Amino acid sequence: MDDRTFSLSWPDAIYGQFRRVGIRQVGYVPDAGHSRLIELCVNDPDIHDVVLTTEEEGVALAAGAALGGQRAALLMQSSGVGNCINMFSLMKNCGFPCLTLVTMRGEFGEFNPWQVPMGSITEASLKLCGFLTYRVENPGDVEDIVGAGADMAFSGDFQVAILLSQRLIGRKVWTK
Amino acid sequence: MMERREFVRRLLADRGDLAVVCGLGSPTYDVAAAGDHKLNFYLWGAMGGAAMIGLGLALARPDRRVAVLTGDGEALMGLGSLATIGVKQPANLAIVVLDNQHYGETGMQPSHTHDGIDLVAVARACKFPEARAISDIAEAGAVRDLLHAGRGPILVQARIASGDTPRVLPNRDGHAIKLRFIEALEAAGQ
Repeated sequence: MDDRTFSLSWPDAIYGQFRRVGIRQVGYVPDAGHSRLIELCVNDPDIHDVVLTTEEEGVALAAGAALGGQRAALLMQSSGVGNCINMFSLMKNCGFPCLTLVTMRGEFGEFNPWQVPMGSITEASLKLCGFLTYRVENPGDVEDIVGAGADMAFSGDFQVAILLSQRLIGRKVWTK
Repeated sequence: MMERREFVRRLLADRGDLAVVCGLGSPTYDVAAAGDHKLNFYLWGAMGGAAMIGLGLALARPDRRVAVLTGDGEALMGLGSLATIGVKQPANLAIVVLDNQHYGETGMQPSHTHDGIDLVAVARACKFPEARAISDIAEAGAVRDLLHAGRGPILVQARIASGDTPRVLPNRDGHAIKLRFIEALEAAGQ
């Protein structure tokens, strides 16, 4: 499998799990790592794709979706986790299911030092907020781990974060 | 300037199956004072999230009318969500900002609307097909009708007096409020 096949296959695996568990709303802040998954969701007439101005909007969106009987997922980058912290209290206080897929920055081979402070505390922050966190390093594990995490979120009203490692996504390539 | 409790009472008169999301603080007390209802989702926190909860609900249930009643401070904290709602254009969503131009919960410090920041203009810029400010209680009936039949997204800036109002405290148990709401919404209209 070449790099390009890798980069296309794991978002498709996540999308397959979205279809399986019946995700109907997807909130996202545009992100290079999630670009393929966002495209799949935007093109799915069964999914309300909601582009957000900031990630915490997506947390509240997921709560509203649950009130209306729909399942939601939230796509963000690790920096977005910091934007969400107070809004996560809504999910914990009310026991709303929450499934978020976090593309990691600020770790493996990060070029931009400004990504490191938040990236290095993303998982710990999520845990402090009551999330179950599952980290994915290998493309072959994506389907299994995302599927398991989604089932935990929606069968038990848990808050679940899947951390997609920078090594999985691929280093951001910087050009002058 | 309107008296907030009387305005909210008129807004929620004969509400039927209207689903109501209340922003934390005084709007939650105002909605509770108008009469507890299973289709009230009371917020006690999550400041800045009320309108987005309304959007998620409105998208999930296009067959229902959804009203968000919130304060000026809460709406200002979630200002970006007006842009997000403007993109999605939910026809069944209305936001009523109970604007007393102050942060009531924290000691009545003036909010941005006190200095003339114009939420109606923001909503119009965010492509809300209906955005208006009212300050006369005689207009409450027209706003009530908008909540039930207007084409959303709608934003109404309701200018209310900033006087002290006794707190009316609904249930604070988030799980209980959620479950009661979901059960009532499923049963509504059946």
